[in-house]
Amino acid sequence: MSSSTSTSSRSTEPRRDTTDSKDAPLLEVRGLHVEFHTREGVAKAVNGVDYSVRAGETLAILGESGSGKSVSAQAVMGILDSPPAKITGGEIVFKGRDLLTLGSEERRKIRGAQMAMVFQDALSSLNPVHTVGMQLGEMYRVHKGLNRKDAKAKAIEMMDRVRIPAAAQRVGDYPHQFSGGMRQRIMIAMALALEPDLIIADEPTTALDVTVQAQVMDLLAELQAEYHMGLILITHDLGVVADVADKIAVMYAGRIVETAPVHELYANPAHPYTRGLLDSIPRLDQKGQELYAIKGLPPNLLRIPPGCAFNPRCPRAQDICRTTVPPLFEVTDDEGVPAPGRASACHFWKETLHD
Amino acid sequence: MTDGATALSAAQPGETAFKQPVQHGEAILEVRDLVKHFPLTKGVVIKKTVGAVKAVDGVSFDLVKGETLGIVGESGCGKSTLAKVLMNLEPATAGSVRYKGEEISKLSGPALKAVRRNIQMVFQDPYTSLNPRMTVGDIIGEPFQIHPEVAPKGDRRKAVQDLLDVVGLNPEYINRYPHQFSGGQRQRIGIARGLALRPEIIICDEPVSALDVSVQAQVINLLDQLQKEFNLSYMFIAHDLSIVRHISDRVGVMYLGKMVEIGTDLEIYEHATHPYTQALLSAVPLPDPAARESRDRIVLVGDVPSPANPPSGCRFRTRCWKAQDRCATEVPLLASPSWLGGLARHDSACHFAAEREIEHSAAEREIGHSAAERENGENGGNGGNGGNGGGGAAPIE
Amino acid sequence: MPDQGKYNESDPLSEAGSGDEEMPSAVESRTFDLGTMEGQTLIKAERLADHPETPALEDRVVARSLWQDAWRDLRRNPIFIISGLLIIFLVIMALWPTLFTSTNPLKCDLAKSQAGAESGHPFGFDNQGCDVYARTVHGARASITVGVCATAGAALTGTLLGGLAGFFGGWLDSVVSRIADVFFGIPILLGGLVFLSVIPSQSIWIVVAFIVVLGWPQLARIARGAVITAKQQDYVTAARALGAGNARLMLRHILPNAVAPIIVVATIALGTYISLEATLSFLGVGLKPPTVSWGIDISAAADTFRNAPHILLYPAGALSITVLAFIMLGDAVRDALDPKLR
Repeated sequence: MSSSTSTSSRSTEPRRDTTDSKDAPLLEVRGLHVEFHTREGVAKAVNGVDYSVRAGETLAILGESGSGKSVSAQAVMGILDSPPAKITGGEIVFKGRDLLTLGSEERRKIRGAQMAMVFQDALSSLNPVHTVGMQLGEMYRVHKGLNRKDAKAKAIEMMDRVRIPAAAQRVGDYPHQFSGGMRQRIMIAMALALEPDLIIADEPTTALDVTVQAQVMDLLAELQAEYHMGLILITHDLGVVADVADKIAVMYAGRIVETAPVHELYANPAHPYTRGLLDSIPRLDQKGQELYAIKGLPPNLLRIPPGCAFNPRCPRAQDICRTTVPPLFEVTDDEGVPAPGRASACHFWKETLHD
Repeated sequence: MTDGATALSAAQPGETAFKQPVQHGEAILEVRDLVKHFPLTKGVVIKKTVGAVKAVDGVSFDLVKGETLGIVGESGCGKSTLAKVLMNLEPATAGSVRYKGEEISKLSGPALKAVRRNIQMVFQDPYTSLNPRMTVGDIIGEPFQIHPEVAPKGDRRKAVQDLLDVVGLNPEYINRYPHQFSGGQRQRIGIARGLALRPEIIICDEPVSALDVSVQAQVINLLDQLQKEFNLSYMFIAHDLSIVRHISDRVGVMYLGKMVEIGTDLEIYEHATHPYTQALLSAVPLPDPAARESRDRIVLVGDVPSPANPPSGCRFRTRCWKAQDRCATEVPLLASPSWLGGLARHDSACHFAAEREIEHSAAEREIGHSAAERENGENGGNGGNGGNGGGGAAPIE
Repeated sequence: MPDQGKYNESDPLSEAGSGDEEMPSAVESRTFDLGTMEGQTLIKAERLADHPETPALEDRVVARSLWQDAWRDLRRNPIFIISGLLIIFLVIMALWPTLFTSTNPLKCDLAKSQAGAESGHPFGFDNQGCDVYARTVHGARASITVGVCATAGAALTGTLLGGLAGFFGGWLDSVVSRIADVFFGIPILLGGLVFLSVIPSQSIWIVVAFIVVLGWPQLARIARGAVITAKQQDYVTAARALGAGNARLMLRHILPNAVAPIIVVATIALGTYISLEATLSFLGVGLKPPTVSWGIDISAAADTFRNAPHILLYPAGALSITVLAFIMLGDAVRDALDPKLR
């Protein structure tokens, strides 16, 4: 059940939805800005983020806490609490429509039915006083108008789909009667119930044990292939990303600092932050030596350093880094041929690439 | 039991070379058959014991001076309870814990207080392990108030500032409160508190799992550096196998209250013989996308059984692809399997202990196979084709 | 900061509270509304970044404790100053009412019943023709004594019993909780009618004692819950691991972290107790004339509120200001004991 199926094979599958051609991504986020208005000032949680996901594709958004990775995903889902959060700019184009121009009722209809989210903590995301069958069935009753009996049958079918053993018997159980991995499966079942086109998974396996993590990630990847969905995987775990992602966007202080297909990113990062993260993973040959550590702390979002936000922690920082915000430069190889899908927001991406 | 292992391998000169020298040091902490059961009670007024959660159920190991013993396992395997029992925060149900030969698991009062000076702990969550209403100076200075003999009153402030300096924090932070620090800095404060009494053993319970990736490395480096500086022995409990491997000299793997395998980092990571260890290692996501096609992941079936009602015999048998009838009736002991050689020969609690097939030549497999069958025969078991790889759920791909 | 470069994590204040003030990512998205959470933590971050660099220089001089910090904080808190001055004023009024009025509150002239203000009698006269100003001033003693003493008694008893029950658990917890339940079950007015009517003496201390007896279970419940919450925190385990005894655990670690809800409930209870005294007086089982209290006057004035509202408004206003002052004080103290709010 290795996740090797999750890469290239998927994009060549026949498309279920005829409207999305190869040129039109399922979701395209352009220049997204999100601010948090607090009493003490404006915290710029997301500062101009662009990314796109195609049907059947897995985009991993990698970042530490405070990088804006969850906030940008919540903006896409339309579940940001505003106030204090405010989307101050940008577009979120989903199947050709800019979601930010839609009314709240229209967005509500899209949520769940066309895009769904899987959260980290399945226990607190499920209502403890209702059975899982009832919570799953509710999706069908509310959105599809099924009656109780049909909804229950659908719930059992969905639980079977996410491979919960003895689904028919367990449909009447309460969330606390399931293990962590099983609860996360139920969350996935709920997210998939209405066959959405896009799934956003926010640290879906962080709370799970390592042997269960693998099962849940595999399940997610498999269902994604089966339904030909777009998947946005938000995580801080470089291991999980390497296992399932097609392409990666690395976020730091509310910006995307590097985007690349998964193999290229791990093989040869073009941003010092990415390089630092990869270098700080303990490796076999480093046993007994000091680990590489990125110095310092992530910045305060209320006062992001001028220029490149990473400059105070960067081993490569020069004067230009302290004054000029680096745009996302297209990354090219030595002959100047652009590397497809690669970009780095570093003035010295070339040098970083050659490290 | 670990003694047995050392003796066994020492008997074969060819193998001792593989062992790290630190293993032959003096055991500073000896844990034998440690048991911790939490009684399950029923009734409000008249409480009736109806069972017990067997959080730790017969665990034995040694901690050698100056070494780091990593303990890995999934949630509910009892590793955190083990830490609490060793720290005497929970009374042991049975078994013994000896610190430098002295039994400490039944101590109380002043004798216990004296022992606490030598065994300290670093907690997982830097957000809850520091009292939010105490200044950093009070938090790190509290050990001195509790053990006034360690630092005379006049020197305490200086001692606290020295400790801050040692863990890489500015000594001027002494009057700040924990919430003014980031997670990594808080963990440094927690480490400074643990160091204050100059302990010989520090039990680290998931010390970096709550920290950001880029900060984890900083804290790991600090722990490493402090160990060298103060000749500390660490018991490093974590679920992140790559970090454990980086920092540990020896590694113990726990499953459902039992130690299932223990050995040097090389023995565990490269020559694991217990199926659970193999599954655990294979499940770790590697930060290398090239590896995903070649992954040979063992996907375990089912969930971890309840520690209140663990399976008979081997506790892993309900999820094990090697399980035979014998596994249900006979508890496998943590001992070096006599049928294995080289680095594979280390303590492993499996009747059919063997390295995973992929790394093995046919000849080696043959040896393991026949040895296992011999064992079966001796015990009158009907294990059938006992050895490796047979039966049940298979490694995928 | 001279040797800043030496420390590999920069100063949280100058480098600013920062994104790292947030929960680490492993914990990050436990809740649905991460957005709010991030927003809140940012507020926190900013708050400490607001402080100028100067305190750091002060730091070199002495190490401070929570209580010293709290006191420093309180002295600069206008709410604390206002409520403190009000309370001092009320206490002086309670102790020496003659400083404020020379009129005898018991000397009444029926001819002036319900009359309005006149020279020397700024608040007018009540039903009996007594001077309302004098009665309000003299009433402070009984009301404040009942309010403060009953609250103090109930809070101390409740915190002690509830706190011990929460800390030790087991049979002590069962016993205390069951006793508290029993007292909870007694309707306070019915209890007052029964208890106070069989006791011939109507001294103020009897009323205080009665309120304490019926009031402590509420505070005990709060204290027990707060202590149990605090007891489970890792820092308590950490202190135990250091060898800290029960007294230290309770006083240094648990109490400061459990005190906030107790203060809130106690300050609200103070107002309730003053009103309870009034109600009991109204039912004829509390304080009795010739004792002067706001409660007696408020209940007496209720009937004539339409004709002569001033008779009710002045003692009621005094009562409201007193309760407000104590609630403000409680708020200020609670905030001062929470370093995160500084």
